[in-house]
Amino acid sequence: MAEATDPPRETFRLSQLLYDARYRSMTIQVVAAILIMLLLVELVDNTVTNLAALGKDIRFGFLWTTAGYDINQQLIPFTSQDTHARAALVGILNTLLVAFLGCILATVIGVLAGVLRLSKNWVVAKIMTFYVEAMRNTPLLIWILIVFAVMTEATPQPREFREGGSASMILWDSVAISNRGVYIPRPIWAEGSGLVVAVFVLSIIGIFVLRHVARKRQQDTGQILPVFRLSLALFFVPALLAYFLLGRPITLELPELGGFNFNGGIQIRNSFIALWLALSLYTSAFIAEIVRSGILAISKGQTEAAFALGVQPNRTMQLIILPQALRVIIPPLISQYLNLTKNSSLAIAVGYMDVRSTLGGITINQTGRELEGMLLLGIFYLITSLIISALMNLYNSSVKLKER
Amino acid sequence: MSAGRTDPVAFVRREMLAPAAPPPGQVGVIRWVRENLVSSWFNAILTALSLYAIRYVLSGVLPWTLNGVWNATSLNECREIRDARGLETAACWAVINERWLQILFGFYPTDDRLLATLFYSDALAAAGGADAVFNGGLNATQRVEFVSGMKNELSNGLIFLFGYWRPLLALACLVVAVAPILYSSLPRVLLLFSLAFPFVAFFLLWGGSVWLPLLVALGLLATMLIGRAVGARFGMLGGSLAGIAAFLVIFMNPLSFLGVTGLFPLLPKVLGVMDSILPWGLSAIPSDQFGGFMLAIIIGTSGIVLSLPLGIVLALGRQSSMPLIQWVCVTFIEVIRGVPLIVWLFTASLLLNYFLPPGTSFDLLLRVIIMVTLFASAYIAEVVRGGLAALPKGQYEAADSLGLDYWKSMRLIVLPQALKISIPGIVNTFIGLFKDTTLVVFIGLRDPLGLTNAIRATAEWNGIYWELYIFVGLLFFTFCFFMSRYSMYLEQRLRTDHR
Repeated sequence: MAEATDPPRETFRLSQLLYDARYRSMTIQVVAAILIMLLLVELVDNTVTNLAALGKDIRFGFLWTTAGYDINQQLIPFTSQDTHARAALVGILNTLLVAFLGCILATVIGVLAGVLRLSKNWVVAKIMTFYVEAMRNTPLLIWILIVFAVMTEATPQPREFREGGSASMILWDSVAISNRGVYIPRPIWAEGSGLVVAVFVLSIIGIFVLRHVARKRQQDTGQILPVFRLSLALFFVPALLAYFLLGRPITLELPELGGFNFNGGIQIRNSFIALWLALSLYTSAFIAEIVRSGILAISKGQTEAAFALGVQPNRTMQLIILPQALRVIIPPLISQYLNLTKNSSLAIAVGYMDVRSTLGGITINQTGRELEGMLLLGIFYLITSLIISALMNLYNSSVKLKER
Repeated sequence: MSAGRTDPVAFVRREMLAPAAPPPGQVGVIRWVRENLVSSWFNAILTALSLYAIRYVLSGVLPWTLNGVWNATSLNECREIRDARGLETAACWAVINERWLQILFGFYPTDDRLLATLFYSDALAAAGGADAVFNGGLNATQRVEFVSGMKNELSNGLIFLFGYWRPLLALACLVVAVAPILYSSLPRVLLLFSLAFPFVAFFLLWGGSVWLPLLVALGLLATMLIGRAVGARFGMLGGSLAGIAAFLVIFMNPLSFLGVTGLFPLLPKVLGVMDSILPWGLSAIPSDQFGGFMLAIIIGTSGIVLSLPLGIVLALGRQSSMPLIQWVCVTFIEVIRGVPLIVWLFTASLLLNYFLPPGTSFDLLLRVIIMVTLFASAYIAEVVRGGLAALPKGQYEAADSLGLDYWKSMRLIVLPQALKISIPGIVNTFIGLFKDTTLVVFIGLRDPLGLTNAIRATAEWNGIYWELYIFVGLLFFTFCFFMSRYSMYLEQRLRTDHR
């Protein structure tokens, strides 16, 4: 009988740190940690020395001093007597506004272009191919400048809107497109308008509840409710009813030509329109490609299977193709939204007052706090990006294929 | 069964019918039109609408483009010519005709001496010969006068070919250097030139002593050879350490903190010696004179070349099993990607000097290239990570079961497949990088869009927009379109599955 022997006792030798796979990763990490620490110490040390040589320090107190500059587009009240922090907030809101509206418009145009590019109609498909390629292969900055030039050079001056002038307002004399900006009606909120808005919000919530109920009912009983028509009715009827019952509390103040410029209404600056349109058009080309590849990724067998089961074409699209295509489309779509948000910093090209121009521009120039300003600016963009991707990932995981 | 029938089959065809021609609606143009343009009433409406839209756009754009004025010296002259011809609208292409050199090269100096010797020899002789004009003799004002007189005489084409021969030659070298990488059917020897290209291009574009790029190249070569030789004896780690040591000895001053100077580094000393023996070189051009489309190509190309290896390393680091390495890579990638390029460029121009040792200041162009490289590498890393993740796990396990170590399994098994999957994404990142080079205009470099502003600021061309934007846009479109088509070609060629 063979005697069982103990395995040789392991003694630790120094060379194991290099040649033993169990310890080597530890060695590498320790070395890397030391190197990174050294690098960080060096950077911080350099920064401190350089700042000291310039007689500067790192302080964020400048945020609470008077800004002393005006911002031409503000979602919250702001005067030049307010603080730098409030100026930054105004900029942040402007950035978020253009990013949000840009995402919506880009999605609409992008989905349209992507679907039309797959159209059987040769002319339409070619036009869309041309559009997508032209947008994707030219820098965004050029598009922003071109749209801005269109808005400022090719639109009429306000004085041409006078009697006998060459320009006229559109949409029943309510919207004026001039080289000073686009003027749209301003809603005037009278007493009772809060109720109308509340009804409207409630009916929107109702639409979501309805969709949920309809889906549940379909899954339980197979009955299909006319969701689209019901939602449409819910969208319009209660709010309009409330509006007229309460005696039309919301009225519109139309822009009117007075003197050399328009009075009344809301002025949307050309800088905003240029940035918004250019960002949307540019991003929509990328979204179009994403949508197209998403639809193409669904194999033809899915459509055929649905037809074989007797599902109608529009329901096939709605229930079979789209849910699967969305799974492919959502992740790259998220990164396009992120890109759009980050690209909104190109506002610098047209003088739109976004957060980079307030906090990262004028504030830095006035206070000389470039280190702190850029740091805050970077943190803002980083947090925005992380929030957007987190939200979208949440949505993505809800539509993801549930694998077992 | 009826009893009267003897033959139940009434008629059997004995010979084949000649195939009939398809109905006229099913062939040729008509069929194509029916299928592609008017297959249903909805499609017919769509076709009509789009044809109307095309006609509307073309009727506005075509007369403007084709009736354009090509020869004029100012916008006002353009308008006068247009009115004299009785046209409603006309593009003023004259601005392109006159300023295209500036859009391409910015304020990069021309080789005036060569131009004068070749095409302006009479006046040159009258002024006292090349040496008298360009090396003393004339004062600065007189020289500027002489040069502008010469440039008025010469056509833009001649100035392009001979005045800017250095960037042109660098571009030609770039094509030669890139060709063997892009098309594998070309001889592999050309790859040696690709390796040498960065040094050649640096010498051609920035000028200065020929010995600087040459010695740097030799130093890098020596570093590599030493690393290899030691690596063959003492393994990978020893080789890398020896390589780093050799690099420090040649380029840096590793013992300076001990107070030992004068022994190292080798490079500047040899450079001084060689310069005094053989002072060969081209006239040095500082990078603040770089501009135009050339600048976009320089930043774009360097960013592309440098960001790919860095991006691959970052992607591998992100996949690594070592928590610290992984964490560092994830942080780097997410921070870089979360912040817009503009903010990074401003960081490069405003803040980078804070982070460097006191007293160092380096070139804005170099800072921009570094920033753009870091930025693109984070995006490349994400693309490559996608490729790594898409690879079946069996490939990793197969490599491990063959007993390959980490680097070998990555180099031989994993990366070739992962990179192949990520080609479209990588090329898209490159296109994005190339387009983003236009952003450098905001930190004061003269990119093509910045130059359109400069041109518009002159009295002659004040108020001109479309022609300049269209020209610059077409330049970028050409390059980006070529890149995207190349990526499609590469996808086709590398597709090894049988579909």
